[in-house]
Amino acid sequence: MTPARKAALSRAALTIIGWGVALWVFFPILWMAMTGFKSEIDAVSTPPKFFFHPTLASYHEVFERANYWHFAINSIVISVLGTIVALLFSVPCAYAMAFSPTKRTRGTLLWMLSTKMLPPVGVLVPIYILARNAGLLDTRTGLVIVYVLMNLPITVWMLFTFFKEVPREILEAGRMDGATRLGEVWHVLLPLSLPGVASTALLSLILSWNESFWSLNLTSSNAAPLPSFIASFSSPEGLFFGKLSAASTLAVAPILVFGWLSQKQLVRGLTFGAVK
Amino acid sequence: MSASTLAAPAPPRQSARRRGTLALVGPSVLILAAWATVPLIMTLWYSFQNYNLVDPTQHGFAKFDNYTYLLSDPDFWSSLANTAFLVIGVLVITVGFGTLLAVLYDQAFPGRSIARVLVISPFFIMPTVAALLWKNLMLHPIYGVYSNMMRMVGLTPIDWMSHYPLFTLTLIVSWEWLPFAVLILLTAIQSLDGEQKEAARMDGAGPVARFFYIIIPHLRRAITVVVMIETIFLLTVFAEITVTTAGGPGVATTNLAFLIYSRALLQFDVGGGSAGGVIAIIIANIVAAFLVRSVARNLET
Amino acid sequence: MANVTLQNVRKTYAGGNETIKGVSLTVENREFVVFVGPSGCGKSTLLRMIAGLEDITSGDLLIDGVRANEQQPAERGLAMVFQSYALYPHMTVEDNMGFALKLASVAKDERHSKVMDAARILQLEPWLKHKPGQLSGGQRQRVAIGRAIVRNPKVFLFDEPLSNLDAALRGQMRVELTSLHRKLGATTIYVTHDQIEAMTMADKIVVLRAGNVEQVGAPLELYHRPANLFVAGFIGAPKMNLLEARVLQVAADSVTVSALGQTFVIPVRPDGVTAGDGVTLGIRPEHLLHVSEGTLGGVVTLSERLGSLTILHVKSDDGTMLVVQTAGSDTTDVGAHVRLALPTDSAHLFRADGDALPHVAPRPLGPSHSGGGSDIPAAQTEHFHA
Ligand SMILES: Nc1ncnc2c1ncn2[C@@H]1O[C@H](COP(=O)(O)OP(=O)(O)OP(=O)(O)O)[C@@H](O)[C@H]1O
Ligand SMILES: [Mg+2]
Repeated sequence: MTPARKAALSRAALTIIGWGVALWVFFPILWMAMTGFKSEIDAVSTPPKFFFHPTLASYHEVFERANYWHFAINSIVISVLGTIVALLFSVPCAYAMAFSPTKRTRGTLLWMLSTKMLPPVGVLVPIYILARNAGLLDTRTGLVIVYVLMNLPITVWMLFTFFKEVPREILEAGRMDGATRLGEVWHVLLPLSLPGVASTALLSLILSWNESFWSLNLTSSNAAPLPSFIASFSSPEGLFFGKLSAASTLAVAPILVFGWLSQKQLVRGLTFGAVK
Repeated sequence: MSASTLAAPAPPRQSARRRGTLALVGPSVLILAAWATVPLIMTLWYSFQNYNLVDPTQHGFAKFDNYTYLLSDPDFWSSLANTAFLVIGVLVITVGFGTLLAVLYDQAFPGRSIARVLVISPFFIMPTVAALLWKNLMLHPIYGVYSNMMRMVGLTPIDWMSHYPLFTLTLIVSWEWLPFAVLILLTAIQSLDGEQKEAARMDGAGPVARFFYIIIPHLRRAITVVVMIETIFLLTVFAEITVTTAGGPGVATTNLAFLIYSRALLQFDVGGGSAGGVIAIIIANIVAAFLVRSVARNLET
Repeated sequence: MANVTLQNVRKTYAGGNETIKGVSLTVENREFVVFVGPSGCGKSTLLRMIAGLEDITSGDLLIDGVRANEQQPAERGLAMVFQSYALYPHMTVEDNMGFALKLASVAKDERHSKVMDAARILQLEPWLKHKPGQLSGGQRQRVAIGRAIVRNPKVFLFDEPLSNLDAALRGQMRVELTSLHRKLGATTIYVTHDQIEAMTMADKIVVLRAGNVEQVGAPLELYHRPANLFVAGFIGAPKMNLLEARVLQVAADSVTVSALGQTFVIPVRPDGVTAGDGVTLGIRPEHLLHVSEGTLGGVVTLSERLGSLTILHVKSDDGTMLVVQTAGSDTTDVGAHVRLALPTDSAHLFRADGDALPHVAPRPLGPSHSGGGSDIPAAQTEHFHA
């Protein structure tokens, strides 16, 4: 075999393996998306149907259950509000830590990270009781507060990592030009670290959207977001595969797209900069 | 205040600036401090109390009763064993396959970036969806697509969820976390100096030797990060259990998180649940100590 | 236009040692002052304190006689050009230059005309709509200067502005900056590592070491009358030869020393030295003469031919290494025996504590920097308009 043929062959093998593995890992999601467009009969047919008459029947049904929108809107409101509030707290915090570090900055950052290590189950009982006593059980406000606190260490860290990459001299040039602290942040820092800020916001959105511990435990109906909605399919209703798939697809699609778009920057945030 | 601090000239501007910085950092620190301490103290407090949400006759100081009760409960020990099985099983699967896949997707082939995106997709699927998707669409003994496929090739489908509940749960959670491992390890491999790989090639190292002598040592640090971050989340797997097995059959899939939940919110035994919470916090802290230390080394600026 | 005065200014960074240890200094109106000194001596710190980017721990900063310690950077009427340019990468060249005016709510038309003026001076007109990322290093440097000019500042501050440029461009920008200073006549404080920049651009050089001012003076003054060993060794390339010597005898207007196994009578006042003291004899490489009637003998160990001149490394008969600068046409080879003369009126003597002994008849300084000193601003102004 000539070296050229050998190279071509190993390249072909690589392509097949690479795509094979990718499709195998992705298959459940693909199957879910396909099943959403099947009739309930097709959804459970033996042998499984890869080619079928697409129908929107399942989606119609999911939408007709008036409460789908109720859960979806809760999800949107809670994760968007939670993200905005988290950014309002973390942008000033990360800015000060990145550009006016003191002796305590390092310790404070590590301490913030360590609060993330508190396992939610460990404090489930007191949080539940506190929320109940404050009348925050099953309210959007309650979940927003919890999500802000849950994501704050991550957003501060991520923003800190991104802000650190902005040369401090550029901010100083802004100060020489007459910018106030707010002006420095608004006119110089945020535009310069926009991709970083955007991916921080996306990560916060993703984490809030998918959060399935507090949402299941602190809400029941009023403020329940999509994870609770999907959880309700664990009952025999889940055997309506078409409907389950349509609802699941609706619940994950927006965040999946966000995730695809921001995967590169997410790495650094997720590892707190420990892996470059 | 000592005489020397009094004698030092007080810099007026600097303290003003420091106050400004404090005003920016303070709010975040304060709310996090409240979040990190108040519930913790309450958990500790409850864990020493007789406290039942529906039984007001039970109250007062319980000494170590909640702990002795918990520690003498076989369910607790089985929940610890289940937690360990789940955490270790998922770590082995995700790190093992993650490393292989990271090396795979570091190679150039047509459509690599799309394949890569497909592989990391499960990470963005919410746990309730992931669990139901696997339980029903994939593994349902009658209608699941895998069962169907097995029948097509003449095998008898397996009722995964009833016969191998914990193992199946481990596979589902591994599917969710595999992308995370791939994402981090791939990034780490790509940061490996291309010249180093080429130098190893010049030294006559084949692909296998390169994998063991160059790539694996380089990945050690990234693997540590993956192990620690996954551990933190895996210790408290909850939604997947709730929507698939609800801890069963029996207590076969009850981990520590689910045990606390069922004690406190299903059996309303706040004291017992809190004692479990304290134990969970202790375990998490041991892990966290390692994680924080490994991340801290990267903070040098 | 403005002058800047520092009075016993000190700086201690949080948790650190004292970085600036009491600097007093006056920068006159229209003067071009250069701070030089080894890395880490506090040049940037001092400049940033003047700019308002670092707090002054103690002491006073006066701009035009007004205490400015507590003023915000923008209130001080200064402009700074950073080593890394620090341009706003997300703004066009035009917006970069106009940003300060925009923050100061200057009307759009006026802003535009000021930016256009600066762009014309710096030949940046074709680039106004570009982002900094699309420009070359030299162009970025000009934008950074333009951003400073637009604000019409009282004082320009430069922190090693040319150190990121290649040698040719640095030479060109040096000339441009000097002529710009002539044109605008603005007070300028300039930090550099580069001796050539310091010598060619400065009206006055401030030599710093470890947070202290070692000497202040016109370039040739520092060159010919270094106040101490540090300045003598720091200014001038190749470095001054510094030789161990011992005082044999002192007179009112001379000191006799033994060095290199010979005796020299140096025409300096013997302030604070007596016979038997150890001192240092300094002689610049170009002042050592390679002549056949020289009294010092040695062997050439290395010869660096730079074309316009030749630098000989000579091992003298008593084993001391000497550096000698001779004409480019000097063809002496390695291994050759040479004879050197040491003209004693060009030599310097330094006490054991490092201070120079004053010359009895100080060497006249070059004509081009006659004004130089901070005490004759009028002469300086004339010099600029000449
Ligand atoms: N923000 C800071 N915090 C603590 N110490 C600092 C800080 N900035 C500078 N220093 C210290 O102060 C000293 C003087 O630093 P400075 O930057 O002024 O030196 P420099 O003369 O400009 O050096 P170079 O020529 O290398 O630019 C150094 O020892 C430096 O480590
Ligand atoms: Mg400097």
